[in-house]
Amino acid sequence: MISTLFKFHGGVHPPEHKLESAATPIVEVPLPQRLVLPLRQHVGNVPKLQVAVGDHVLKGQLLAIADGMISASVHAPTSGTIVSIDEQLIPHASGLPDLCITLQADGEDRWVEHRALEYRDLPKAAVLEALRAGGVVGLGGATFPSHVKLREDAQHPVRTLILNGAECEPYITCDDRLMRERADQIVRGIEIMQYLLGAERCVVGIEDNKPEAAQAMRDACRLSSIPIEVATVPTLYPGGGAKQLIKVLTGLEVPSGKLPTEIGVQCFNVATAYTVHRFIHHGEPVISRVVTVTGKVARPGNFEVPLGMSIAELVQAAGGAAPESTGFVMGGPMMGFNLPSAEVPVVKATNCIIASAPDLFPPLPPAMPCIRCARCADACPVNLQPQELYWFAKSSNLEKARDYHLFDCIECGCCSYVCPSRIPLVQYYRYAKSEILAADKAKQAADLARERNEFRLARIEREKQERAAKHAQKAAGAKADVAGDEAKKAAIAAAMARAQAQKAEVVPQNTADLPPAVQEEIAGIDARREAVNEEKQEN
Amino acid sequence: MSQSPYISGSTSVSVIMLKVLLALVPGIVAYVWVFGGGVLVSLTLASITALVSEGVMLKLRNRPVRPFLMDGSALVTAWLLALALPPLAPWWLVVVGTLFAIVIAKQLYGGLGYNPFNPAMVGYAVLLISFPVIMTQWPAPLALAHAQLGFADQLHYIFSRGLPVDVQVDAITSATPLDYLKTQLKLQHALADISQAPVFGVVGAKGGELVTGAYLLGGLYLLQQRIVTWHIPVAFLAMLALVAGASSLLDPVHYAGAGFHLFSGASMLCAFFIATDPISGPTTPKGKLLFAAGIGLLTWLIRTYGGYPDGVAFAVLFMNICVPLIDAYTQPRVFGHKL
Repeated sequence: MISTLFKFHGGVHPPEHKLESAATPIVEVPLPQRLVLPLRQHVGNVPKLQVAVGDHVLKGQLLAIADGMISASVHAPTSGTIVSIDEQLIPHASGLPDLCITLQADGEDRWVEHRALEYRDLPKAAVLEALRAGGVVGLGGATFPSHVKLREDAQHPVRTLILNGAECEPYITCDDRLMRERADQIVRGIEIMQYLLGAERCVVGIEDNKPEAAQAMRDACRLSSIPIEVATVPTLYPGGGAKQLIKVLTGLEVPSGKLPTEIGVQCFNVATAYTVHRFIHHGEPVISRVVTVTGKVARPGNFEVPLGMSIAELVQAAGGAAPESTGFVMGGPMMGFNLPSAEVPVVKATNCIIASAPDLFPPLPPAMPCIRCARCADACPVNLQPQELYWFAKSSNLEKARDYHLFDCIECGCCSYVCPSRIPLVQYYRYAKSEILAADKAKQAADLARERNEFRLARIEREKQERAAKHAQKAAGAKADVAGDEAKKAAIAAAMARAQAQKAEVVPQNTADLPPAVQEEIAGIDARREAVNEEKQEN
Repeated sequence: MSQSPYISGSTSVSVIMLKVLLALVPGIVAYVWVFGGGVLVSLTLASITALVSEGVMLKLRNRPVRPFLMDGSALVTAWLLALALPPLAPWWLVVVGTLFAIVIAKQLYGGLGYNPFNPAMVGYAVLLISFPVIMTQWPAPLALAHAQLGFADQLHYIFSRGLPVDVQVDAITSATPLDYLKTQLKLQHALADISQAPVFGVVGAKGGELVTGAYLLGGLYLLQQRIVTWHIPVAFLAMLALVAGASSLLDPVHYAGAGFHLFSGASMLCAFFIATDPISGPTTPKGKLLFAAGIGLLTWLIRTYGGYPDGVAFAVLFMNICVPLIDAYTQPRVFGHKL
């Protein structure tokens, strides 16, 4: 049943630290008093507000509706009153505030009217539209709106549907627990996804450090109406990266800069399949998720958390942070980020909260020089040469960094992890990427501005010509209406030429300070060069 | 706290260098067994010179002294150079070579991580060119020497070139097999006769092959510890064995075989400790193969046709020059890209 597995290059084996939080079942946290819901919890457009301050809303009620194709809606996790809509700190690596809806819970937790969708009786487009309205996004961390990925594309039919239950990052166990406890519901979601995509093959990839989850999924898949394979893949970080998992399960590589559909594959997180099921079969939009709380907390574990609950409250539910804890990391230790504050809310992307401490995540010693040992290159899952990229990034040789495929870097952190010189390599790549993007943007803006200016000068000139022509026409009377369009074109051409000439004039001259004799000489040379150029053009 | 990743592996530069030093210990033990304790004096002299000159240079260059002295790289350079020199070399030879390696070849190029040439080999090459007589005057293995020098006599000889009254220099030195082979071949002697000389052991040099075997042992430890990858040792030894084997097969009268080349001179030291220097070597897997095969070929060429008995140092330095080119043309295929 299970076909051969393949290998991707590199990878590392950091200490897993999964046992701490994986031992106990998912606990539903007590309903918080106040919920802060950022409008943008996904990749794409900010959804449009549907409520105002003072409105009373029910659990599951739409608060903001998806705007455009790549966007997702936001719903009320419980019933209550909207008390403010303003900018607040959100859990994002940038540490910048964003627009949030604050909901004061009324404690009744009363549902809005909702019902299951008979998805097989509806056109697929209607089901996708419903998923868009249901706020379904990828819960593996990327939070890309799922309805976009579930659309059938005649040009790139999806043959293989891959469900990602690899959960390769240390500490994180939310998918593990979800698969152990709600495997049947995940499988219901997979069935819907398979139906929408028309995939021939469905595979769930689970790392072999989660045997209970794999067994639960296998049992659930056996009862499914469609054939679903469960493949245990070797535990090797970052084996849960979509491209890496696709390679391991199919042997195919997603071409650089392309989507998996290019090779007939689509990949979703198992938790996303779960939310698809909850929405289609129960009408429940995405208003909560399972979050691992671990690290320096009294009772590490997994929690079913309403979106919008503050991290501080969530950590309280896990018995509170230990006194030596110095902050919170969202995500895993390899790719996560330090939260700007414990007051930020849980969002759709929050898969794990780690209460950190210096002995858990010791600060890096001062970096030593690169000794070119190439351990980073051996560990890179993309087969890049991180030591070269580091060199280029450090010397701001950004073009070279791009040539050496900087933008294929997935920022998994393997290179930094193995570096014996403790160079924060990924940080250099993030910096170089942002510098290149900023430079590209600036160049685009400059090009646009120049084009606009040239066009404007040409237009002004043309208008002047037209006015002059009109005056001339008036003076000459109606009889002079001959050359017509030809004259107009000539006038425009002349105007363009003048604009060009004007542009040429403003080219800075660095000869102004030279003695007159030299200036004359230079002018002479320029004139001769001009003459030669003209001659060349004529020939 | 900064950005992810928040965790890192346990291998540091110091750990790498310490393991390299550890891997040299069997070779040193065998060395003392075969040639006496004189090499310990060279090692100590080179170590002290390396640490002091590295410290002074760091200070002059306004770099932090402690972390760079602690990284162990200066000691690795010192030990490799000391082991490459004749064991009873005069003290100043060791000091001058080490100074050149650390000050010129390493620190003036920017210190750890920035030297394009293998510092120990630069030091060795400078000494070989400047003091060819001393550099090729190897003491005979204790088993072959006509006179035995005790450790105190060796010390005396190293520091003042003085010998006990009844001992002549000729009594304690002998040509190395590589040297002997070269001169005898020039005299039109056949290989079969030459290799009957007492300086030859089972496969390589008498006594020397024991040291070489101990280096191999240390090298296998480095492989097992993943301090070095297999590419460079395998490619170097394979290429050396290939050209030596092929030439001796075609003309057994004039060319020594693969076994002799692998277990003579600095072959094993080069395979696992010298050519594997990451800083002055290439980084791509294919590049490492090319680089090491090049060293193997050049080593054999210089040994066979060149002016010096052993060719490792010049072969390594020459291939060091090619590293940027090798790296540029051996970039591996990136995930999701076509070749």
